[in-house]
Amino acid sequence: MKHSDKDVKIKGASDMPEMPASLGSMAHNKTASWRNLKPVIDESKCIKCFICWKFCPDAAIDFIDENTSPKINYDYCKGCGICAHECPVKCIDMVEEER
Amino acid sequence: MIEILIHGRGGQGSVKASLALASAASKAGKYVQSFPEFGVERRGAPVKAFNRISDEPIVVRSKIYNPDHVVVLDPTLLHAIDITEGLKEGGWIIINTEKSPDSFTEYTKKFKVATVNATRIAVENHLGSKAAPIVNTAILGAIIRVLKVAGKKDLEEGIKEFVPVKAEANIKAAYEAFDQVKFSKEA
Amino acid sequence: MKKVILGDHAVSYGALLSRVQTIAAYPITPQTLIVERLSEMTANGELDAIFTKVESEHSAMASTVGSSAAGARAFTATSAQGLALMHEMLHWAAGARLPIVMANVNRAMAPGWTIWTDQNDSLSARDVGWMQVYCQNNQEVLDSIILGYKVSEQVDLPTMVILDAFVLSHTAEGVDIPDIKKVDEFLPPYKPEIKMDINDPRSFGALTSPDVYMEFRYKMQQAMDKAKKVIVEEGKKFGEMFGREYGLIEEYKTEDADTILIASATVASTARAVIDELREKGEKVGLVRIRVFRPFPTEEIIKVLEGRKKVVVIDRNISFGKTGIFFDEVKGAFYNSKGNKPPMFGYIAGLGGRDVTPKVIREIVEDALNKDKPESEIIWKGVKL
Repeated sequence: MKHSDKDVKIKGASDMPEMPASLGSMAHNKTASWRNLKPVIDESKCIKCFICWKFCPDAAIDFIDENTSPKINYDYCKGCGICAHECPVKCIDMVEEER
Repeated sequence: MIEILIHGRGGQGSVKASLALASAASKAGKYVQSFPEFGVERRGAPVKAFNRISDEPIVVRSKIYNPDHVVVLDPTLLHAIDITEGLKEGGWIIINTEKSPDSFTEYTKKFKVATVNATRIAVENHLGSKAAPIVNTAILGAIIRVLKVAGKKDLEEGIKEFVPVKAEANIKAAYEAFDQVKFSKEA
Repeated sequence: MKKVILGDHAVSYGALLSRVQTIAAYPITPQTLIVERLSEMTANGELDAIFTKVESEHSAMASTVGSSAAGARAFTATSAQGLALMHEMLHWAAGARLPIVMANVNRAMAPGWTIWTDQNDSLSARDVGWMQVYCQNNQEVLDSIILGYKVSEQVDLPTMVILDAFVLSHTAEGVDIPDIKKVDEFLPPYKPEIKMDINDPRSFGALTSPDVYMEFRYKMQQAMDKAKKVIVEEGKKFGEMFGREYGLIEEYKTEDADTILIASATVASTARAVIDELREKGEKVGLVRIRVFRPFPTEEIIKVLEGRKKVVVIDRNISFGKTGIFFDEVKGAFYNSKGNKPPMFGYIAGLGGRDVTPKVIREIVEDALNKDKPESEIIWKGVKL
C-alpha cells in the first residue's frame, strides 16, 4: 500500500476508488495531536514483557526485538494511558504534553 | 438577522458560550439558533460555534459561511487560522486579548475591533486554572455589550442555564468584561 | 415555558411530557443526547419510567415491543446503523400493532463511515408498517412525539419521529415546552384493549397460516388509511390547544404558484427563504413540505400539484438503481390523477451531510425553471466529477 505524508487531495468521483477504502490511509492522520498526556518509558525499569505493546489499542507502540524496550510512536499515540495502566512494573509515566 | 461565529479551541467552552448567548437573546425576545461545527471535536484543536439571532422566526438551517461578526476566545488562534474568513465587511471582531483594539491594524481597515482581557478576568474570578482559564462566560459580557443582542439580566439567566457550576463567578466575570471591553476608534 | 434546547433534548422533553413508562435504548451518535437526558430524567424522578440499558438496538426494540405489549407507553430512539440493526424488530412492532413511538435521528449509512445527515436510514425502513414523520425544527420534534402517541394509540401502529443529524439534533433553538397538565388533557393514559396480562393469558404473534395472514396485512393498510384522517384531526386539535397545527403536508406560497418545490425535513425549512427570494424576483414558486411520509399523502399531493407547470423534488436520499425516493413516490402518486402532468424534476442533494444551503436550493429551482423537461430521472446537485 502506498503511504505518503502529503495531504490527500481529491478532485472528485473520477479519481476516487469505488469504495471508501483508504483514501490515502490513516497513515496521514497523525493522531498525536489529540494527545494531552504522553507516555514515557523508563527503560532502566522496563522488563521487556511487551504487555504495553500488546495492549496499545492504536498499535502505536513498536516492537524492536526481544532484548530492546518497545518504542512509543509519538506520531500516532493518542495518549490514552492504557500502556501505563497495564505495565506490571509501572515503568511508564504519563507526562504533561509540551505545546 | 445577524450571524455570529465564535472561534475557540476544543475544551474552551465555545459551544457553551454559544448556547448561553442563544438563551440570553431568546430571553430578550429574539429568535435564536446555536450550533457547533457538526462532527467530531477534540481538545486543543480550533473549533467553531455559531449563532443566528433574529427578530423573525429563523428558517435557514445551513451552516454559517459569511458571519456578520466573529468572536475569538483564544488569542493564539489569530496566528493559527484566518479568523476573518467570510466575515462581512464592517463586522465586529471581538477578541480576548490584553492588547488594545487599535493595535490590530490588519483588521481595523475593513472591520471593527473590540477587545477585552477575558483571560485575566477569568483568572481573577478563579474560573478554570491559571494555565487553562475558562474564558467563555467573560467574553459573553463583551458580546452583549458590543452587539446589543441581549440585556445583562438576560445574560445572567443564560449563564445560569448553561453554565450552572460557579454561576455567580461566571456572571461576575461577564459583567466585568461588559464594563471593560474596549472599542476601536473607527467604530 | 420557552427554553433554548437542542433537537435531541426536544425529543427527551416530548417523551417526558408524554409520560412514557419504559425507555430501552442503546447509544449511537447523534442520538446519544436523547437517551442521556432521559436517563437523567428517570434518575432524578422527573419521569416515572423504567430505563433499560440494552446491549444492542435489536434488543432495544425487542424490549420496547415487550413493554408495549404489556400495556406500557414505550419509547426508544436510534439512528442509522442502529435502526438497521433493529430492522427485524421494526416489523415486529408494526405487525403486533403496538403504538410505540421512536425517534430516529437521520444519519447516513456506512460505509464510508459517517455521522452526518441523510434519509437513507429511515427510508430503508419504509415498508415495515411504521408511520414516518419528518420534522423541520425542534418545536415540531417535541410536538410530534406527543402527537405520535396520540395517533399511534388510536390506529395501533408505531410512529417514527425523524430529525436531521446535527442540523436539528445538535442545534439549539427556542422551544415552547407545554405544561404537562395540558399535555395530559390532550394525551390521556394508554389503555390497550388487549395486553399481556398474567391473569388473562394469551399467545402473541402466533403462527399465522396463509388463511389469515393476508387479512392481518389488509388491516394494517386500513389502519394506515385511518391514520391519515387521525393525523389531520389530532393535528388540528393540537393546534387549538397549543397554537401549533400539524398536518400531512405543509404548503408555503403555493396559491398562485406555477412551479412547486417539494422537500422534506430541514431542507424544506431552508427552502422557505429561497421561495421568498425567488418571489421577490417575480418567480411564481411555492413549496410543499412532505411532513408525513407514511402514510403517504397521495390525495393531498395530487390536489396541490394539479394544474401546475413544473414540479421540483429535492431528495436527501437515493434508492440505488432508481431515483430519489420522495421523487419516485410523488411521481407515482400523481400518475393516476386527472388532467395535465407537469414535468417533474428530481434532484439528489446533501447526501452524507453535505450542506444544503439556500444557494444550493436556489440553483436547483433555477435549473428547473430554465428547462422544459428534465434531462434525466436523476439530477445530481453538486456532485464532484
